[in-house]
Amino acid sequence: MAAPSKPKLAVWKFSSCDGCQLQLLSCEDELLAVAGAVDIAYFLEATRAEIRGPYDVSLVEGSVTTPEEAERIRKVRRQSKLLITIGACATAGGIQALKNFKDVDGFIRSVYAHPEYVETLATSTAIRDHVDVDFELRGCPINKAQLLEVLNALLNDRKPNVPPHSQCIECKLAGTVCVMVAHGTPCLGPVTQAGCGNLCPSFRRGCYGCFGPKQTTNTESLAKRFATLDMDERSIKHFFRSFNANAAAFRRESETHE
Amino acid sequence: MTAKQSPLQKASIIDVQTLDDLISTLAHAGYQVIGPRKQDDAIVYDTLRSAGDLPVGYADEQDGGKYRLVKARDGIYFDYVVGPQSWKRFLFPPHQKICQMRKQGKAFRIVEETAEPPCYAFFGVRACEIAAMKVQDKVFDNGTFADPGYLGKRNAAFIVAVNCGRAGGTCFCASMNTGPRAQGGFDLALTEIVEKKRHVFLIEAGSVRGSEILAKIPRRAATGEDTAAALAATDRAVKGMGRKMVEDVGPLLKRNLEHARWGEVAKRCLTCANCTMVCPTCFCSTVEDVTDLSGSNAERWRRWDSCFTMDFSYIHGGAVRRETSSRYRQWMTHKLSSWFEQFGTSGCVGCGRCITWCPVGIDITEEARAIWESEGRR
Repeated sequence: MAAPSKPKLAVWKFSSCDGCQLQLLSCEDELLAVAGAVDIAYFLEATRAEIRGPYDVSLVEGSVTTPEEAERIRKVRRQSKLLITIGACATAGGIQALKNFKDVDGFIRSVYAHPEYVETLATSTAIRDHVDVDFELRGCPINKAQLLEVLNALLNDRKPNVPPHSQCIECKLAGTVCVMVAHGTPCLGPVTQAGCGNLCPSFRRGCYGCFGPKQTTNTESLAKRFATLDMDERSIKHFFRSFNANAAAFRRESETHE
Repeated sequence: MTAKQSPLQKASIIDVQTLDDLISTLAHAGYQVIGPRKQDDAIVYDTLRSAGDLPVGYADEQDGGKYRLVKARDGIYFDYVVGPQSWKRFLFPPHQKICQMRKQGKAFRIVEETAEPPCYAFFGVRACEIAAMKVQDKVFDNGTFADPGYLGKRNAAFIVAVNCGRAGGTCFCASMNTGPRAQGGFDLALTEIVEKKRHVFLIEAGSVRGSEILAKIPRRAATGEDTAAALAATDRAVKGMGRKMVEDVGPLLKRNLEHARWGEVAKRCLTCANCTMVCPTCFCSTVEDVTDLSGSNAERWRRWDSCFTMDFSYIHGGAVRRETSSRYRQWMTHKLSSWFEQFGTSGCVGCGRCITWCPVGIDITEEARAIWESEGRR
């Protein structure tokens, strides 16, 4: 009897810094096991070898910021049984979605000597805005443990343990003292999805919202709280407008502080 | 002797230096001593090696959404009250492995584990926290189901209570009849007596093993003057109680399941779940299965969950409690009202943690009062 064929995995890059796909290479101890469990068919950051599609699983990093990318993501979707987006760029448009709030033509004219060479869209958008996505892995960057968990769940035909609850739950599970209540440090934790391993609060810093809005958010109430912690309107706007600026809940809140 | 003084009949007095003897005696008796420690500008519960680890001279200022640890009276051991953590962290840990499984052909086999439960001595347990343990006892050993992991740790645990001589800004144990003086449920109970010319602890034994430990440390019998001083300390805490729960809150909420206040609190509620995480009686959990990549080994883990998440009420077709108002109502009515029907007791002990650690300072006593006043009461 032939051995069951291993799932073919592809890793795709759109507009991004490569930090999320690097997390796969950062798996180190587990990397050989992953490489043994799947056929890495397309992963230019790791190998020049390419195996043609279709692919069982595509991990997609980056956002759509050019007409070429808007076309290419459709091709990736057509070749992929499962499409999993990884990171804030792919799931919300990333830090480059800051351009969504500004006049992009103005930027191009002031930065580039030959603006006619630059072909870009007015917005940076999530992959979900262009094609159907089967699972989203949040973070800037993603947490490698969560990436392994998703691949592991996939290989074992089970539900991934990636809860969409608040960063606060992650802090409380870990026993981290709340930086906002105990120190008065503004923190996006109550509206942000868990997953980073409560990194910033465990170093006495407020959450920056790298994992984007949690399942149900009340940004308005939290913003009112920030105002009592001596944050002015501009700071509140900037707080919600970072790596997940274009995620709906954060975008709406930042716009109310324009 | 009045009934009020009777629990203190067999009390003793120890010097402040003797606290260290008490901790080392417990350690020698085989207990892992856990007590209050200062960490990240808050009082948390962690391993105590000696009385030197205790956060001496600190007090906490607590209000809705606010906690500040401040330098207070020099040399005083227990001027602070409860912090963000509770003893549930040890008896009902945030993550707990339920079982381990190994693949065998097409079936699997449960790997037997025979670890002895840890033997804790909880040092500095407040009256509200003892009440919270008694509430969780009814959850984890309710006559129909018993949780052996919880019970193993609970039955082994040695409780050194501390009667509060000061109440925090969000405390309301007096109106929940759970404190500030511990009424049983401890092995030993301390009351700090701070007067101009002396600083001692009154210590009472509440069990045989408590008496046995007490017999090993230097002490003298308490006089009537000592017991009066100890009772005066907890009376001061009663007078300084920061909050108060309205009377008959259970029936009140039951009458008001439809009320405008639920929608009003939902505008402030972040559904972040902090209140349930810090609550010493909240017991909800979910179960997660993990595997290794090959699928040869699997583990089943229990993790704290909260009625404030959507996943909590997810069933076929979606989450049952989608609105924030319905989730807040579920939590508050369970805690203060339907808990009586389920477990024969209140689910709230008046520790005030949910008020302090709510990032936007939602106050369960204020929410109850708003509904109470809407019925024309004062």
